[in-house]
Order: sequence, then C-alpha cells, then structure tokens
Amino acid sequence: MMSGKGMDMRRVGRLWLQLFKVAILVIAITPSLLVAGDVASDGLSVDQRIAPVGQVQVEGGPIVEMPGEEAAAVEKPEPLAAPRPQRKDYPGVGVSSRAIVWVVAQMHLFFGALVLAVPLFVLVIELTGVFTRDERYDDMAHEFMKISLVGFSITAIIGGTLALALFMLYPDLMAYMMRVFRVQWLWYAFLFFVESFFLYTYYYGWNALRYGNKKWLHLTLGLLLNGAGMTIMVLANSWATFMMAPSGVDETGVITGTVWEAMKGPLWNPINLHRFIANIGFGGAVVGAYAAFKFLSTRDPKLRAHYDWMGYTSNFIAILAFLPLPFAGYWLMAEIYAYSQQMGITAMGGILAWLFIVQAVLIGTILLAGNFYLWSGMSRTEGSVRYQWMIKYIAAILVVCFLTWMTPHTLILSAREIATLGGSHHKILGPLGIMPAKNIAVNLMLVVTFLSFQLYRRSDKVATVSWAPVANGFMVAIYIVAMLNIIFVGVYYGYFTNTVYKVGSSVVQVASTLVVIIAGLTIDGFLFKGAKKLPSHWGRVSDRSQYALFALPIAFTWLMGLMGYVRSSVKTHWHVYTVMKDNSPDNFIPTIGYAGNMITLVTILFVLFVLFMFWIANISGVKQPRPGAAEGEAA
Amino acid sequence: MTVPSKEKGAGMGVFVKAMLFSLGLTLVFTLVANLLPQVEGEAPVEQKVDLGSLTMDDFVALGENLFIGKGTCTLCHKPPPLGRAPDIQGENMMETARQRLADARYKGKAETPEEYIHESMVDPSAYVVAGWGKKGSNDSESPMPHVDKPPIQLSALETDAIIAWLQSKDGNEVTVELPSAEASAQVAAAAPTAAGAAPAPAASGEEAIKKYGCLACHALLGSAASLGPSLEDVGRRLSAEQIRQNILQPNAQISDGFTPDVMPKDFAEKMTVKELEMIVNLLAEQQQ
Repeated sequence: MMSGKGMDMRRVGRLWLQLFKVAILVIAITPSLLVAGDVASDGLSVDQRIAPVGQVQVEGGPIVEMPGEEAAAVEKPEPLAAPRPQRKDYPGVGVSSRAIVWVVAQMHLFFGALVLAVPLFVLVIELTGVFTRDERYDDMAHEFMKISLVGFSITAIIGGTLALALFMLYPDLMAYMMRVFRVQWLWYAFLFFVESFFLYTYYYGWNALRYGNKKWLHLTLGLLLNGAGMTIMVLANSWATFMMAPSGVDETGVITGTVWEAMKGPLWNPINLHRFIANIGFGGAVVGAYAAFKFLSTRDPKLRAHYDWMGYTSNFIAILAFLPLPFAGYWLMAEIYAYSQQMGITAMGGILAWLFIVQAVLIGTILLAGNFYLWSGMSRTEGSVRYQWMIKYIAAILVVCFLTWMTPHTLILSAREIATLGGSHHKILGPLGIMPAKNIAVNLMLVVTFLSFQLYRRSDKVATVSWAPVANGFMVAIYIVAMLNIIFVGVYYGYFTNTVYKVGSSVVQVASTLVVIIAGLTIDGFLFKGAKKLPSHWGRVSDRSQYALFALPIAFTWLMGLMGYVRSSVKTHWHVYTVMKDNSPDNFIPTIGYAGNMITLVTILFVLFVLFMFWIANISGVKQPRPGAAEGEAA
Repeated sequence: MTVPSKEKGAGMGVFVKAMLFSLGLTLVFTLVANLLPQVEGEAPVEQKVDLGSLTMDDFVALGENLFIGKGTCTLCHKPPPLGRAPDIQGENMMETARQRLADARYKGKAETPEEYIHESMVDPSAYVVAGWGKKGSNDSESPMPHVDKPPIQLSALETDAIIAWLQSKDGNEVTVELPSAEASAQVAAAAPTAAGAAPAPAASGEEAIKKYGCLACHALLGSAASLGPSLEDVGRRLSAEQIRQNILQPNAQISDGFTPDVMPKDFAEKMTVKELEMIVNLLAEQQQ
C-alpha cells in the first residue's frame, strides 16, 4: 500500500517529465526555424549572423570567414602600465588612511616576527636537549611554544585586517600588486595551511613524540614548520622590496618578467637576512620578558631558578642575534646605495637622518640593558670575582660610545648662537656627528658587549689545558688589534679620504667585530672543553636585573617600528618607487615626532596583545577546584 | 595548578611595576623623537609657469628652486667633504664645462657648455668626473640618476631652467632660450597633459579663441553661432580697450537683443595676459 506522500511524489515526477519533454521539443525545433529564415530582416545570412558568436556553421556549408579575425589573432593585448590614481581615487574613512595601515601593518609585523622566531630557537633548544640529554631544555622549548601559540592566531587575524584595509583604502595599488605577483598570492595563502598543519602537529605532538626515534620525527616536524614560516616571510618581503626597488617591470610599470623576476629585486635578500636575524633577537627579547615576570612573581626558589635560567637563555638568544645585525644592516644599506644613491642619501643624509639619533638611543638602551643583565648575572657564581674589575671599563667605553653615537651633526641654531659657536658646526662635536664617528662607536659597543658575554661565560669555568695562558694572550691581542683597527679605519677613511669610501670602510670595521666574536667563540670552545666547573646558583640574581629583560623587548619593538618608518619613507612620494606615484593625501614623509607618537601607540598596543597571549598561556594550566571539594577535604 | 593568594598579590604588584617601567621607557623614546627638529618631507608639487609673463629672472629663480627642491640635486652635490658628487654650487659651471669638453676623456656629443650641462643631466655617464664614478666602474659609469626619468622626472623646461640658473649664478651669460608659448604648445600637443593638470597656454589668438570656446556662441572664424553677438565686425564696432573690458567684465555692457549672465565671467582668472592680448588684437582686426 502506498502512502499519500508517495502518491504526491509520483505526481510531481510526472509533471517534471512533461516539462522536460516540452523543453526537448523547443530545442529540437529552434535550429530548423533559424535555417528556414534563410535571409533575416537585417539582410545578413544565417551563417553571417551566427558566425561571430562562435564557430557554428550550417552542416555541409562553407566555413564562414570572420571579419578582422586575422588582425585579432595578430594583435597583442595592450600592455598595462602601473595605475596613475588621482587624489579622488583614494577612498577615505575620515581618518588618515596611512595611519590606519601603519598601525595594522606594524602590529602584523611584530606578531609575524615573534611567531616566526620562536619556533626557530625552540627547535635549536629542543635539539640541544637531545644532545645534552637534559630534559630541562625540552621542557623550556615546550613552554616557549606554549606561550607563543596564541600569537599565530593573532598574526593571522591582524594580517586579514591589514589585507582588507589595504584593498579598501588603496585599491589601485593593490590591483597593481595583484597583477604583478599573480599566482604567488594563492601560494602564499596555501602556505598558511601548511604552516598550521606543522604548527599543531609539532605543538600537540610534543609529548607523544618525546623519546627515541619519535623525537627525530618531532624535530622534523619542527624543521618543516620553520621551512613553511620562512617561506611565508620571504614571500611577504618580496612585496615590500618590490615597492622599494621594482624589478620585472619596465619604467612605466608594464610587467615584463615572471613573478620570480618581480620577487628577486636587488633588496630582497638583504631584507630577508636582516629580518631573519632581527626576528630571532626580537623573539628572544619577548620571551625573556615573560621569564622575568614569572621570576619576579614567585618566591618559590625552584621556580625562581627555572625562570632565571629561562630569562638568561632568552637574553642569550636576543643578544647573540643582535650582534651580527649591523652587518646585515650595512649590506642592506650598501644595496640601497647601489640601487639608488638618491634613496640611500634620503635615508642617511636627508630629512630622515635625524631618525638615526633616536636609533642610537634605542640601540644604546639595548646594549646597556644586555650588558647590565650579564654583569648582574655574574653574581650566580663565585668565579666571577676574577673578572669583575673589568666591568667599570666596559661601562665607561659603552657610555662614551653611546654619547658619541647620539651626538647630532647639526643643530637648529639662532644667528647669535651660530656667531658664538663660530659656525653652524661645533669644532669638536661637529666631527662626532657624522657617520664615521658613529661607526666607530657602534662597533666598539658591540665588541665590549661580546667581551661582557665572554666574561660571563667564563665566570663558572677554570681552564685546565696547559696552553691556556697562550690562548688568553692571543684573545687579548685580538681584542686590542680589532679595536685599534676599528678606530683607525674609521678616522682615516671617514675624515681624510673621499666620502664615497665611507660605506666601504664600515664593512672593514664590522669584519673586525665579527673576527672578535668568531675568534672568541672558537678559542673558548677549545679552551674550556673538559674545564673545571665552578658551582652556579640559578635564581641568585637581583630583582633589579630582571628589569633589563623588560627594557630589551620595549626597545626592540620601538626600534622595529622606527626602522619600518625609514624603510617605507625612503620611497618618498611613490607607492612603487619610480613606477607608481602616491597621490594620496598622505604622500609626504611625516615628521620624526609624528612617527614617534605612532610607534609608541603601536608598541603599547603590542604590549597589551602580548599580555593577552601570556595570560591565555597561563590560564591553560589553571584548573578550578571542584565546588565542595575543599569542604569535603576539611571535613 | 592553583596559585596561592599571596603569590597572586605579588604577581599584581610586579605586573604594575613592569608596566610602569615599560611605559616610562616608551615615553622616553617618544620624547627624544619629539625633541629633534621636526621636518616634513613634502611630495614635489607641480609648479604652473605662466609663460606669457615669464622673464629670464623668473626662469633663473625657478632653476634655483628646482635645483634645491624637486631636482634633489643638493642631496649629493654638496661642498666637500660631505658631497657625493662634484660641488657644482661652488664651481663656475661654464668654466668647468669648457674644461670637460677639452678633456681627452670626453666622449659625449655636446659641443657647447650649455649642451654639456644638459647632457650631464639627462645622460650622466656620457662623461664621469674622475673619482666620482660608480665603485668598480673605473669612472665609466655615473651613480647619478637621469633627471628626466623617474623618480626625479624633470621636464625639458625644468632642465633648461636649472641650466639657466647654473649659467647665471656666476655672472655668465645665459644662453638658454626663454621658453616660448609656441614651443610649449608644441610640447603640450605631443604629450597630452595628465588629468587635472592645467592646459598649456595657447600659441596664437586663433588658438586662444578656440581654447576658451568663444566660437560656441559667437560667429567668427567660420562659426555661425548666434547665442552671442557676431564678432566678425567687432573691430569696427569696438575699440581694443572696449573689447578687453567686454572679455573681462561681460555684463558691463550688453548688446541689444542679448541676455546678460550668459558669457562666463572668469576669463580674467583663466587666461594668461599674453592670451588675452592675442585675442584682443585678433578681434580688433575684425573689420568686416
């Protein structure tokens, strides 16, 4: 027996069948109707009328020649130059579009840098744990991942906001960028899936893949996570460097090359290296602040020892990454000068030159904080008394160099002040204001910072090899020669030869600094192999020293914001330098004061977001006791 | 994991102290940034030059402005030891140009000092002053950008203005010709102006009349329009002074049978002096 519902279904089915038959009939009749009207009312034959629609022809009839078909086949599409938007083409929302993009882009960059850097040194720490068989490394690496995990989501959310803001506020620029980088955008999106896969398997698989061969599988996941992250970073870098020094397009912006040619502009690799190193330093500094906060918040000696060690490791990562950073900076600047001397001078000698005074203050803060932390850390071991007499000399060199670095070249003076001074430049301070003096200062600061680091590392060891005095003598000689070389090269090439050689001479200075670092690490590596270890007391460090670990990420964050301002500003009034002009209301370089206020705003926002990230990491370990459990226990 | 309340309180204290410390440090950096001289890097603004009334002194002054401003020449051409290029402000460039032309190393196409200066701006590698070449090029390649190409992109008129200033600053005779309206019109016709830019000044009275759309209403030069009075006999009816006044103040005197407020009243703002005079002269000649 069939239900009423089944009967209805059959009726609907029959109706559909009827409709289908009518449709088939209409389709079958239509061609014959067309053929029957051999010559239509417009005087064209059926063949001629249907020909432009496609390659349809009457069966057995001749092939219809389409007018202009050959020409269309030969004619190439019109090359598309870069758009030339006028001011009216920029949509506004009542607030400066640049300010909106500035804040969102900088936030994206901060979090991007953090979540790319943390897995990098986490992998190294995990590997260290495998080789030393010390589980503390493994636990610390896991904890670093835990505290940065929410950062991945924050980066993605801010990245999406940035993309929407750019498409809305700068539609012509984004249309052009889409055209230049084509399918690369889809690969970029795809890489997020890849990165997410490795991130979650790496983090959540930590304890499941902890020992034996499984540990190697886990390390491989970490490596692939870093591979995906690095690829994402270099793809995103290529957009920024294309805007600074376009390649793969002609002078009007017409695309002449492949996506790869657009990517591999002259500044791409220098920026890749610079960001790679800086990210590690930045990531180390941020997790160092976490450790400092945890250290200060507890009185439990065991926890204090753990977080002291964690803070020390973070600071070690930050400072070690920071030391070679100027070298990457010099390479980037040299490439900028080689690409466009005008762009280089806009950055270093034009209106942006004042910015380097602020940079000096920031880097000075980083180096002073890093050194202070190392000196304070010497209290962890009795062996440090051997070296403590040197601290005052290191501090003196740091302060003198810091003051030299931040001496401005010119000052805005009144006529009376100029007359009193005998010119616009002070006789002694004037020469200290130009780059050669600053190059000497920064290199000496790096050398003595490495000395602090080396002394700290030596504090808990006593060399037992017979050739120890020779090695120490050699090390002292390297320091003296390198420092004299830095001073001599800077003075000679900076003040007594042509200006063109100044940038070249700085490479020699940085090479001297690198020689000290490499020689120091190598000599100490051999000298203290199997050395006598003096006891170290983790947790035996002053509370004040922990504030150095707060100063580091604040100065790093601010410095990154400042460098973002200069990197973007050297393009002056161009979206894409020399190819696409910026005609928006914000096409001028803002003052250093305005930039400073913006950077502070973004830094504070970043701190708030990072606090949220740490809070989430902490809350994951908190378990609320079952209601009534306490009373039950008491009873 | 449960956190003892004592630890929790300590944590809050540390949090407040750490935040105040961080905020204080951030404000120190902000203060330093705000204490420094505040300079804004403005995008170059296209200057409109009224060629009809341009004098050589104006042209030389324009050249100096361009040299310091849009041309960005002073970024590199500074007095030693700061410069990255020869100190052309401190040199007598006409004298220097003569020496360069006589140099055996010179392989360019210029024959006069003026041509040499022009060549050094639009093709800087034609002759590189010893010691100032790109590193590793053995002074065969100049690091200087071509000033007529992006990012500097000076027009031919602007390049000439800079040459005029370089010639004039040391008391030399200026050999660059003052740009004429005719030449400018030819340039304008060859390269259509970008949207929003001011149209080039007209080169003749006839062109000026067409440019300002007079023939849409008045009968003249083949037009039979009748919205305004015919201008074919205007020279017989009105003096040159009256014609000028009628263009600048159309409502001052309305011919019989025509309506006031039809003719635009802003020609005084739009026309250059030269254009107005060309139109007045042409109309004064209409004696039919």
